Amino acid sequence: MSTPEQREIIIRRGRADTIFRGVIASGAMLSLVVLALIAGFLLFRGLEVFKDFGFSFLTGTQWDAGSGDASAPAHFGIAAMLIGSIVTAVIALIVAVPFAIAVSLFLEYYAPQFIRKPLTAILDLVAAIPSVIYGIWGYAILMPKAAGWAKSLNSWFDWIWIFKVPAPIFDRSPFIAGLLLALMVLPITTSVAREVYSQAPRDQIDAAYGLGGTKWGGIRTVVMPFGRSGLVGGAMLGLGRALGETIAVYLVLNLVFKVNFQILASAGGNVASLIATRFGEATPYELKALMAAGLVLFLVTLAVNAAATYIVSRSRTSA
Amino acid sequence: MTEILSPVSAPAPQKPWRHRRRDWRQAAIMTSMSLFGAWLIVVTTGLAGVLGAYVAFAIVFPIVAFLASLPYGQKTGQDRMATAVICLAFSTAFIPWVSILFTVMNKGRHAFYSGFLTTDMLVNSADDPLNVGGISHAIVGTLILISIASLIAIPLGVIAAIYIVEVKGRFAGYVRFFTQAMSGVPSIVAGLFIYTTIVVVVFNRFNALAGGLALAILMLPTVARTSEEVLKLVPDDLRAASYAMGASQFSTVFRIVLPTIRSGLITASILGVARVAGETAPLLLTSQYFVKFTTNITSGPIAALPTYIFANLGVGSANSVTRAWGGSAVLLSIVFILFILARLLGGRNIGSKR
Amino acid sequence: MSISLQGTIGRGEFERALNFSVADGEVLAITGPNGSGKSTIIHTIAGLISLRSGQLQSDNITWDEPSTRIWVAPENRTCAVVFQDLRLFPHMNVIANVSYGLRAHGVAKDEAMTRSSVALTRVGLSSFEKRRPNDLSGGERQRVALARALVVEPRVLLLDEPLSAVDASSRAAIRDLLPEVLSSFAGATILVTHDLGDVEAMATRSLGL
Repeated sequence: MSTPEQREIIIRRGRADTIFRGVIASGAMLSLVVLALIAGFLLFRGLEVFKDFGFSFLTGTQWDAGSGDASAPAHFGIAAMLIGSIVTAVIALIVAVPFAIAVSLFLEYYAPQFIRKPLTAILDLVAAIPSVIYGIWGYAILMPKAAGWAKSLNSWFDWIWIFKVPAPIFDRSPFIAGLLLALMVLPITTSVAREVYSQAPRDQIDAAYGLGGTKWGGIRTVVMPFGRSGLVGGAMLGLGRALGETIAVYLVLNLVFKVNFQILASAGGNVASLIATRFGEATPYELKALMAAGLVLFLVTLAVNAAATYIVSRSRTSA
Repeated sequence: MTEILSPVSAPAPQKPWRHRRRDWRQAAIMTSMSLFGAWLIVVTTGLAGVLGAYVAFAIVFPIVAFLASLPYGQKTGQDRMATAVICLAFSTAFIPWVSILFTVMNKGRHAFYSGFLTTDMLVNSADDPLNVGGISHAIVGTLILISIASLIAIPLGVIAAIYIVEVKGRFAGYVRFFTQAMSGVPSIVAGLFIYTTIVVVVFNRFNALAGGLALAILMLPTVARTSEEVLKLVPDDLRAASYAMGASQFSTVFRIVLPTIRSGLITASILGVARVAGETAPLLLTSQYFVKFTTNITSGPIAALPTYIFANLGVGSANSVTRAWGGSAVLLSIVFILFILARLLGGRNIGSKR
Repeated sequence: MSISLQGTIGRGEFERALNFSVADGEVLAITGPNGSGKSTIIHTIAGLISLRSGQLQSDNITWDEPSTRIWVAPENRTCAVVFQDLRLFPHMNVIANVSYGLRAHGVAKDEAMTRSSVALTRVGLSSFEKRRPNDLSGGERQRVALARALVVEPRVLLLDEPLSAVDASSRAAIRDLLPEVLSSFAGATILVTHDLGDVEAMATRSLGL
């Protein structure tokens, strides 16, 4: 309202302000610098591996540090891990998004007024549960149960290829990791969806309601189409989280260096868990390969998050 | 002569929105039919236990709700079914979280004894009986790591917010965008980065300083985002008044704007702390884990609650796993207390999202 | 001329051409209905919004001239404002509010405190130094805002509806105080008001919008 309008040239700004603005600006640029440094250093450390393996670092599935001499050379490829990360993250979204829609619709349109605020606060609170606690709970409580569900799924839907298993072991599968990740990304996806749904035009909903429609009719014809892009953004934020999650996945997933789409089998891949698993005992050369893997993970999650941020901010301003 | 309206013609007041007895009866019939259907499913299929019965009920109830309201038309049927599905999905979503809280507190309490919070694990091994050893080293380690991270991330986060809201610099859009993109950096990648730079190049050993730096990278976006929201709440009139009195932007920001939102900035900081207090993966690569109580931030590995949990879980014996649950109970309590504190101080909606 | 404005002021959709000047010792009252741009004049002179076109000068120094892109930041203009809604800083006590402008101009702390005390005494609030704005009555807050503007010894004093935030009971006291303060003020004063009584009591000249 009464902010000074910007002019192209502002003369006679005090010296204190020039310094102040300079310091603040350079401080603010630091986040850009850190991001660039992360990419730069990981590239620098992993460059040798990228050079040695070229494109096959991305397409190969073998991860073998070798014996250090020519008889058993090292082989590094992260295809199995990268595809595994994507498979678990997609399972997480398939489970989480319907729940996110339902929970946000409930909070926005079905819940009695007086419990909305407490429930929203609780949702923010569970978003702060540390991943190691999700991990220990997933390992001790969810996994035994989910292995049983996986067994039933397998016995009923054996004829669908992805529900087949090579051996009847259902522990530590992408399915279980995906369920745990679904739980972990639900709060963020829900909170974005709820925010978008809450901005749906009330008068249109009332109109749909008033013209002999039902509440569900109003939601289906007005709210859902309105919130679609926001929901996509929220889901992608969740995807970014799920792709980068380390410890929780590490505790409930069996890493196997083979591309596997049979989600109930006890064999999966995950780039972040690979780094955590191999880091302790890695040879110097393998460490470089882990840096390279870290760079790939960083770039993938950065791209997903940037797209998500863009979509969410656009759906906010258009509302 | 005045005409007197006959009071007889006024209809008795009705309350059509009230749940009538028939509604309750209908709801009871629907519920019992659903329970019966659920029982049939449990008996005939492999679903078992309380959870299995719940799943069966969740499948049957919306169908019964649909069929029961069909006499009122198909649209009403769909509406009732949607309501049932949404309410059920909502309550289903909360089951795991209730389970997490319950399990952590229930299993964690077995690890507690009088010295649990005050001794370290230097002279005890993880599968020793549960009346020796403790987590003092992990609590102090977590406090040290968080302090280092806060000292770096809070000023920088607030500065980024000031740049976006107050200075409105040329790159404000980019700064906001990249700060948000930074919130998506996987924690293990932050750990790797600090490992290759600080651990390998600067100190040549794992230590608390490296751990704190890794946490700072993860903390910065939360602080920046929340501070930005709080700064936007300051009315422009107050800034204008300060300028009109001859104040520079520097003193306007530091003497007028920031003091009026002090509690909001504290909230932003607490949320940042809550965000990183439970981070495990980056610590494994930077501060590692150590059984001894230590306060030296550069000399070598240091314990933290998340790495304590992880290390004890890795040992795998009954007592060490119980220790891990005990650590989880403490960690979860700390995070929740911080979060509630932030809410109380900040009021309103500060702290939702990201 | 202490202050002269010749050009177009505007905010949002609103725009208005103006041409006036005020000499030292003069009190120019600007009157007019709501929405005629009275507050916009004050904010333009203070530098909180810029001119659309034309020129704003004080003591022959140009403060704002869009055609030459000259614009002096508010902190470098030798004027002081009493806002319609006062805008006292809620987290500071009375003396800190009054001394804020002096401190911002680099006056040493001791001197700033002394001068602020004098200014507070002048408006009749000598014992209120440690109170917070929220604990004061409307009339007392008005006096603090006046002291806050006078203490920096401006060349131009801008008063935006100085009696609107005052309850009826203390209005009379402020009405007595204001002309007294203004008559001893050496610079130029611009008084925005909708009350013709104020104009008669204080103004040497008036401009109707």
